[in-house]
Amino acid sequence: MPAVTPKLLLRIVLLGLGVVLLQVAAVSQIVIFGASADLTPLVVAGVGLLCGSLSGAVFGFGVGLFFDAALLQTMGLTSFVFILVGYGAGRLRELRDPQAVAIPMIVGALATAISTFGYGLMSFMLGNDTPVSFLLLRVILATIILNAIISLPVFALVRRWLGPVLPEDPRRRRRRRAYTTGGLSPLTRA
Amino acid sequence: MYDKTVRRRRAVLGLLVVSSLILLTAYFREPAGGALHNVQRGILEVVSPIQEGASRALKPVRDLFGWVGDTVSAKGDLKNARTDRDQWRTQAIHNQSAAAENAKLRGLLDLDKSPVDLSPYQPVTARVLVRSPTLWYARITISKGTSSGIRANMPVIASDGSGQDDRGLIGVVDQATGDAAVVRLITDSSVAVPAKSADEQATGVVKPSPGNPRDLIMDSVAKTDTVADNAVIVTQGTVSTRNDLPSLFPPDLPIGRVTRVANPGTSEQTPHLRLFVDTRHVDYVQVLTKQVNDNR
Repeated sequence: MPAVTPKLLLRIVLLGLGVVLLQVAAVSQIVIFGASADLTPLVVAGVGLLCGSLSGAVFGFGVGLFFDAALLQTMGLTSFVFILVGYGAGRLRELRDPQAVAIPMIVGALATAISTFGYGLMSFMLGNDTPVSFLLLRVILATIILNAIISLPVFALVRRWLGPVLPEDPRRRRRRRAYTTGGLSPLTRA
Repeated sequence: MYDKTVRRRRAVLGLLVVSSLILLTAYFREPAGGALHNVQRGILEVVSPIQEGASRALKPVRDLFGWVGDTVSAKGDLKNARTDRDQWRTQAIHNQSAAAENAKLRGLLDLDKSPVDLSPYQPVTARVLVRSPTLWYARITISKGTSSGIRANMPVIASDGSGQDDRGLIGVVDQATGDAAVVRLITDSSVAVPAKSADEQATGVVKPSPGNPRDLIMDSVAKTDTVADNAVIVTQGTVSTRNDLPSLFPPDLPIGRVTRVANPGTSEQTPHLRLFVDTRHVDYVQVLTKQVNDNR
């Protein structure tokens, strides 16, 4: 896990506040084919992928808490789901550190699916009369597909916002060196 | 070193999960005026001006996406309309539905004749700021609150601007703060509206159909009541003679139109309704802030 510097912390807090405000005030009101995009799980997963499991989980908790408060929803419910999303994305990075181009799309789709189904399951367990139907499934699938499509630019923006203040990751530095030297140091080849 | 990192990670994860569960428990156990609810209202007070500004600024973008979506869905509507036309044409040829058609036109006439003069109810017009983005909560946030006389449990009506049959009840105020209020829509499973058919041949309770929040049903309809297809359903108002049991809704507010009746003529007959107002396309609402004659 990269060390959390004050600059990184400030940027993460601003990112959390901004994404929730953007989601509730703008993105949620734009309906495309019967569904709205949901930036929050994408950004939580993005922070998890960039900063690690611990930062991802804490960020998910904070974003979920602000999201529930801003929408007068049951406090703690979204936090719980986003902890899983942030932690899961962070663990993926720590264990596999995948570099494929499609990773943001896959992680974005998974994060949206976990948050949507997790939220529904938690609501159901808490006694909310959750409507379960084909129509709802269709809307959930549309949201997942929509989020998967926009996940690439969203992850790129998160990376651009946090990148300058992220500490250098030793594993990536090693990998970069391996790429540039063909896997061996010039001395070994010689 | 590695063990220490793992232990710390697990401890923080456990702490976060426990914090979420404590929050959930506390939120459920406390009354509506409790500390967490007050925090939520405080945050809503702060963010509602930002939401209003963003909502105004993004109206053209929303309209653009709405236009694209409407254009795409219009093709499907045209196909449905052609199917409906063929069905009605067949029925007209065989002259099978003269009575039903009569009842339908009577219901339509009743709706047209019932302008429901709302001025005694002191309606307050507000802009829709936020539509709940989650699928599980059928709520909207509006731009006026207690400073405009809006309180919890006040009925909310709207028009989606689609032309005929575009106006009616959409929900009740759930919570209100100074300059914003949250409306629980009629499509939410926790909302139930005492209702009757416009021709007063049937009474029941309108609520969302289990498993499909966009399909409303009229529950508790007596076996002897008759509900025709296409009948107009309106609010029933207060029927109790007791003064301490007023209905939340004034009488004769349009709700929707019957699309079909399941198990007609039995004790389990259940009319299905289509709302007059498409709640996804509402930009302005009116909150009825005053009760007149206890909504009788």
